Amino acid sequence: MYKKKFSRFPSVYIALFAMVVGFMAYYAFGQTGDTAHKAADTVKAAVTAVVSAPAPAPAPAPAPKLDSGDTAWMIVATALVMLMTLPGLALFYGGLAKRKDMLNVIAMSFVTFCIVSVLWIVYGYTLSFGTDVKGIIGNLDKFMMNTITVNSISGTIPEFIFVVFQLTFAAITVALASGAYIERMKFSAWIAFSVLWLTFVYLPIAHWVWGNGFLAKLGALDFAGGTVVHINAGIAALIGALFLGKRVRQDLKPNNLVFTATGAGLLWFGWFGFNAGSALTAGGLASAAFINTNTATAMAALAWMITEWIYNKKPTVLGLASGAVAGLVAITPAAGFVNIGGSLVIGALAGIIPFFMVAIVKKKFGYDDTLDAFGIHGVGGTLGALLTGVFADPAINAAGKGLLYGNPAQLKIQFIAVGTTIGYDAVVTILIFLVIKALIGLRVKPEAEVAGMDTSEHGENAYNF
Amino acid sequence: MKYIIAIIQPTKLEAVKEALSHIELFRLTVSDAQGIGRQKGHTEVYRGHEYAVNFVSKVKLEIAVDDQFVEPTVQAIVDSARTGKEGKIGDGKIFILPLEDALRIRTRERGKEAL
Repeated sequence: MYKKKFSRFPSVYIALFAMVVGFMAYYAFGQTGDTAHKAADTVKAAVTAVVSAPAPAPAPAPAPKLDSGDTAWMIVATALVMLMTLPGLALFYGGLAKRKDMLNVIAMSFVTFCIVSVLWIVYGYTLSFGTDVKGIIGNLDKFMMNTITVNSISGTIPEFIFVVFQLTFAAITVALASGAYIERMKFSAWIAFSVLWLTFVYLPIAHWVWGNGFLAKLGALDFAGGTVVHINAGIAALIGALFLGKRVRQDLKPNNLVFTATGAGLLWFGWFGFNAGSALTAGGLASAAFINTNTATAMAALAWMITEWIYNKKPTVLGLASGAVAGLVAITPAAGFVNIGGSLVIGALAGIIPFFMVAIVKKKFGYDDTLDAFGIHGVGGTLGALLTGVFADPAINAAGKGLLYGNPAQLKIQFIAVGTTIGYDAVVTILIFLVIKALIGLRVKPEAEVAGMDTSEHGENAYNF
Repeated sequence: MKYIIAIIQPTKLEAVKEALSHIELFRLTVSDAQGIGRQKGHTEVYRGHEYAVNFVSKVKLEIAVDDQFVEPTVQAIVDSARTGKEGKIGDGKIFILPLEDALRIRTRERGKEAL
């Protein structure tokens, strides 16, 4: 029907050519970059202690002192990350849902943000970031913000803002999984999932990687949450999709792609807080994370568009938005470790590999991951986490030295971190779904699903006459 | 009096409206319509998956006219709603129904006066 190949293909090849040129530029860049960065080495050495993991680094450094610049940035960054869930993710997912299910999708992100906000200050923070108990979990010293005062400091910022910064990460991680469950899951079951999964999956894994747990001690690199956030949410998405089963009508019928594009833009914008904020300081490292985030995201959106153009004959807005999100996901663990060349390569791969996951692999296996939370977050997160072990450049961050810089052991550690996360997450998520299935049930009745989740679960409609 | 319902291609709405105004017909109700007909559907691709879309978008026109205006109105629509020289499958249809009565709400006029 619309196969005007001749007019389209040349431009595709021009774009591909541009990508190749881009990579060549990267290698040139990488070299000059190295020398340019040497000057900044001394500065970096100073920040290293803080950046090795974006955890509070409660290692008793000489008298921690509050920095008002860092504090100002972290307050802004925290608000930016909040924006990613509401309305960023809610719109990104909501626009992709069927017309009759959009409000339910928004409700899932909304309620999760609220639930996590409350649970986090009660016991979430202390279990993740409290004093380490045998590398497994934090203790309950900071239950209900106990012992934290307005004068408490984490690194160079007030501990209160560090608590909320981490809260926004926990919230979006849980909300991300909803993309695989929508259009059929009981709202009550989703609430139960939010509570249980946050408690038994997110909190321990966040502790292992960022709270001085055993993966942190092993030296796993995860700047802003490739394993903790994206692999974690992606695996939960896949397990949940398998438990929930296929929808009555297993198709993607976006009710409004304008919302999806808006949501993708808000995610991109908020992600600057997510990644650059993970430096926990306002300086060179945050800036490196910032530019890497933007570069990889743009590259991934282009790569997805081009792949789709070749494979499906049309470049779509949904493709651009999906590629951008895949790029954001993949650069997340790497943002504060790789140089600009690394972020270009990570971005390009993030636009190609997840595309084939959602377009081909999903179809082959037939699981109903409605909005590709696994295909994009699980796969993109794994890709980013492993490539961090390849591209981590000590000139950017002395805490990370990857395969390309003569440290193959790092890649092995990354594999261990990824494998541990996937294994633990899969097992516990299965248990959680078994419990919810037995106590509440997972799915609404088929009639309710056909009528639409907005009416059947919430008694309201997104669009009225 | 007759009630004319025309299903046309959305791209032809402007042309039809213009043709009708040439014969000095300035009343018309327009709505978006979706339907299945000989044109069959098309496919849309989202994230690499093809979905068949059976309903095709059309525009529905409704016009109430006095008997003497039926032919000129119908001819104006037919002449302006074809795509290409010969027209194509999917250009639409016109239905002509008998119209029993009409009433203008403001003045309570009835029948021909109300049109």
